[in-house]
Amino acid sequence: MDLKDIIKPENRVYAKTPVLTENVMHYCPGCSHGTVHKIIAEVIEEMGIQEKTIGISPVGCSVFAYNYVDIDWQQAAHGRAPAVATATKRLFPDKYVFTYQGDGDLASIGTAEIMHACNRGENIVVIFINNAIYGMTGGQMAPTTLIGMKTSTSPYGRSEELHGKPLKITELIAQLEGTCYVTRQSVQSAAAARKTKRAIRKAFENSALSKGTSFVEVVSACNSGWKLSPVKANEWMVENMFPQYPLGDIKDR
Amino acid sequence: MALRGAIVVDTEKCKGCSVCLVNCPTNTIALAKEVNSKGYNFAYMAYPENCTGCTNCATVCPDTCITVYRVKV
Amino acid sequence: MAEHILMKGNEAIAISAIRNGCDGYFGYPITPQSEVMETLMEEKPWETTGMVVLQAESETSSINMLYGGASCGKKVMTSSSSPGLSLMCEGLSYLAGAELPCVVVNVVRGGPGLGTIQPGQGDYFQACKGGGHGDYKMVVLAPSSAQEMYDFVDLGFDLSFKYLNPVMILADGVVGQMMEKVELKPMKPRWSDDYIKSTFKWATTGKTPDRKQNVITSLALDAAVHERLNYKLQQKYKQMEQEDVRFETFMCEDAEHVIVAYGCMARICESTVELARKEGIKLGLLRPITLYPFPTAEINRLVPQLKTMMSVELSAGQMVEDVRLAVNGRVPVNFFGRLGGIVPSPEEVFEAFKKEIK
Repeated sequence: MDLKDIIKPENRVYAKTPVLTENVMHYCPGCSHGTVHKIIAEVIEEMGIQEKTIGISPVGCSVFAYNYVDIDWQQAAHGRAPAVATATKRLFPDKYVFTYQGDGDLASIGTAEIMHACNRGENIVVIFINNAIYGMTGGQMAPTTLIGMKTSTSPYGRSEELHGKPLKITELIAQLEGTCYVTRQSVQSAAAARKTKRAIRKAFENSALSKGTSFVEVVSACNSGWKLSPVKANEWMVENMFPQYPLGDIKDR
Repeated sequence: MALRGAIVVDTEKCKGCSVCLVNCPTNTIALAKEVNSKGYNFAYMAYPENCTGCTNCATVCPDTCITVYRVKV
Repeated sequence: MAEHILMKGNEAIAISAIRNGCDGYFGYPITPQSEVMETLMEEKPWETTGMVVLQAESETSSINMLYGGASCGKKVMTSSSSPGLSLMCEGLSYLAGAELPCVVVNVVRGGPGLGTIQPGQGDYFQACKGGGHGDYKMVVLAPSSAQEMYDFVDLGFDLSFKYLNPVMILADGVVGQMMEKVELKPMKPRWSDDYIKSTFKWATTGKTPDRKQNVITSLALDAAVHERLNYKLQQKYKQMEQEDVRFETFMCEDAEHVIVAYGCMARICESTVELARKEGIKLGLLRPITLYPFPTAEINRLVPQLKTMMSVELSAGQMVEDVRLAVNGRVPVNFFGRLGGIVPSPEEVFEAFKKEIK
């Protein structure tokens, strides 16, 4: 069978969703952000909610998420996305409102905002990208950086004495009564990415059911920050990040 | 009944990260020797006869530059 | 006949928000303005007008809730007092940079630091010169009565949507706490979502196929784009200076000396003017109602007939700098202020005035 017989519109089984724009992503090669953006866009397309979805982008690499997912966006101050989302959802209760935040944004400077939005049980979706580093500013230590991990502000490796242990904020979030769904996923493999997509879809569906806050952590690789090739970074993540941040649902009710 | 597949890579968008390569169960994909206008060695179907159209490569592609086709033969 | 009700300035803010179609109030308790949120919670406007009222976890969150609400084209407001406003400065800068409308009330207390819960006017610089980072301004309204607290909520929303920029109501502990008769103006309904969608094309109301996505952001990494954004903002501030300067004068027609005072101090200084007139001293009062844009042109107009001017404030001297800029050395500009929450009497101001003109 010739390739030209296979490559026909009627045989197409996977193509870019129109909810993603044509812009080439500014992310480094192999960055998990791109995969998660795509998953969100696909969920929005499949649920048919492009007109009803408002995204809140953070400060960090994904500040430009609005260039790629073709919906209305608000770009929030560092860490404040959950507060911004709170008002947006309360003033537009029929909309799907989600925040997209990194570990510096959500687990460091925005700790108060995320805790209280989740505790109030705001009917929003939180997508939390945990790659254990500040990517945008050039690879500094994050609250989720592993012990011994070298970053530009922990050049000899994160030390427990100096910096404390990595913050498992998702486990903390799961304790809050306002959250209905708290899960930790990843996107390094096709199987993992498909699971993440199911999780994100469930989170968006929860938001329409007014069940409370749905929180999806995606353990991610920052190969530039980690100074590894994209493939090696994913391997390192599986080996080192997953033991500290085990995958799976932490709460589902 | 067997599945035959094919992928089309948007070579200008591809950054050559190789995540598709390692996720391909049939070793269909390799990085090209030539580069695109950004200087990246882009992914391509090195062994088209292997492809089953499983969509794993496209699912993990961070830059969404792979389209997948599949037929039953 | 219009309805009149006796209420505190802070309560007037709350009642006015409900009656003027406010969509959302987000706040955090702080003395001396907690009555604003207390009144709103007591009134339960979500059951009547549908207005959202939410107690946030901090002033930082409140101001960012305004960012979210304003991005949706909704009429949103918050209130706080000095230390709370310091926390909000980050958000104000973002709101101004992203060109979003909102009303922020500061019932000023004494600072710096935790300071005192007594009244103050020491936040003039923060309000008028941009407390947050970057080149931005806000229209700053200075009410001197409970009625103006009521009226300026509506005016504040009008101006904030005219300019797509935050508007601050800079009150003080005296105006916030004192009880006065307030005339309730006719109710204004909240805007419908359809009205917002068709009127505020920039708002994040959900991307429909007939338009491009709307993105609310203050970020522009391209130098040329960012410079253009800044020039656009500066153009707006110029327009504010041309179209929205507000002030009141009292016995200035024949005045040889003029006191400049705002908020509660303007009311006290009105009595000082009367004391002076009894002694045959031709004293007048200029009360800026907008502190930014400042009534520079009116001061210019008055200067040729004057021997001195004096700024009277509950601060160590902040507005006096704008008076001096306007006067530009043509007549002496004196200053009298009290700090620590001490509010001077008309007599004390008069004595200080006489000492300066001797």
